[in-house]
Amino acid sequence: MRWFWIDRFLEFESGRYAKAIKCVSLAEDYLHDHFPQYPILPNSLIIEGLAQTGGLLVCEHSQFTEKVILAKIPKVHFFCDARPGDTLTYTATIEYQSAEGAAVSATSHIGDRLQAQAEIVFAHLNAPWLGTFFSPEAFLSMMRVFGAYRVGHAADGSPLIPPVRLCKAASNCDDRQRANPPEEIEP
Amino acid sequence: MPTKDEVYEKIKIALTDALGVDEEDIKPEATLVGDLGAESIDFLDMVFRLEKAFDIKIPRNELFPEDVLTDQKYVQDGRVTDLGVAELRKRMSFANLDEFAKNPVVQDFANVLTVADMCRFVESKVQVTG
Repeated sequence: MRWFWIDRFLEFESGRYAKAIKCVSLAEDYLHDHFPQYPILPNSLIIEGLAQTGGLLVCEHSQFTEKVILAKIPKVHFFCDARPGDTLTYTATIEYQSAEGAAVSATSHIGDRLQAQAEIVFAHLNAPWLGTFFSPEAFLSMMRVFGAYRVGHAADGSPLIPPVRLCKAASNCDDRQRANPPEEIEP
Repeated sequence: MPTKDEVYEKIKIALTDALGVDEEDIKPEATLVGDLGAESIDFLDMVFRLEKAFDIKIPRNELFPEDVLTDQKYVQDGRVTDLGVAELRKRMSFANLDEFAKNPVVQDFANVLTVADMCRFVESKVQVTG
């Protein structure tokens, strides 16, 4: 299982707002334990999806120069369950941003119905050991796989493009992988 | 230009939202950590809310000078030295540190700040009337 709790960005406006979707499928293993005979998407994973939507929005605004972590959920309310077959639409809006972090308001809708509402606080951390968890190529890959650069735009309306620094780092990583391919395992 | 009462009311809202406490629990003498249950990450949330509510900037370590409390120049054997207490008094003119100074154990410092201190801190950043 991959720790991706959104499937795709629908909208992405740098520094302001993002909208993403999460499709709930009965094929997802954990639903069968949560709960047997009554599968619902765990609320904690809905929070994670909202945090991924808002967290990437906050990261992108600093051009991925800050190490952004989920610090706190001051408020969250759930109004109904998310069940297999549902498509959740997550929205995240930056309410406040400073050198220390950001506060984001977020919602989850199923169709027109408000499913959840949350406030999320993100902090910027400077601990050097965090570097291993914040590789540029991983961010670039996530933004691409979620389609942020396909639908996104900057505050002035121009298309969203990945920072050159990130592309260079990802390209260097690809070069390293090509130069040192993983050894094949004998069958 | 807000009045002192308006500053207090806005701080009450910020603390209610950031700490999830009832409005009636917020009294001027209530300590943020001991009485209202604030944890370290709540200070970031409170700073965001105060900056937004009052349109002010609160640089890191201004409200809660962690840098002093982790500096060996000011701390020895888990206690803030006289030099450290003097530095804290200089940096935190909005807070009453007399009680803390009697037994300046670093661990106890988190419980120094009160709601009234927050009000004085904000009042030092915005011009108040009345």
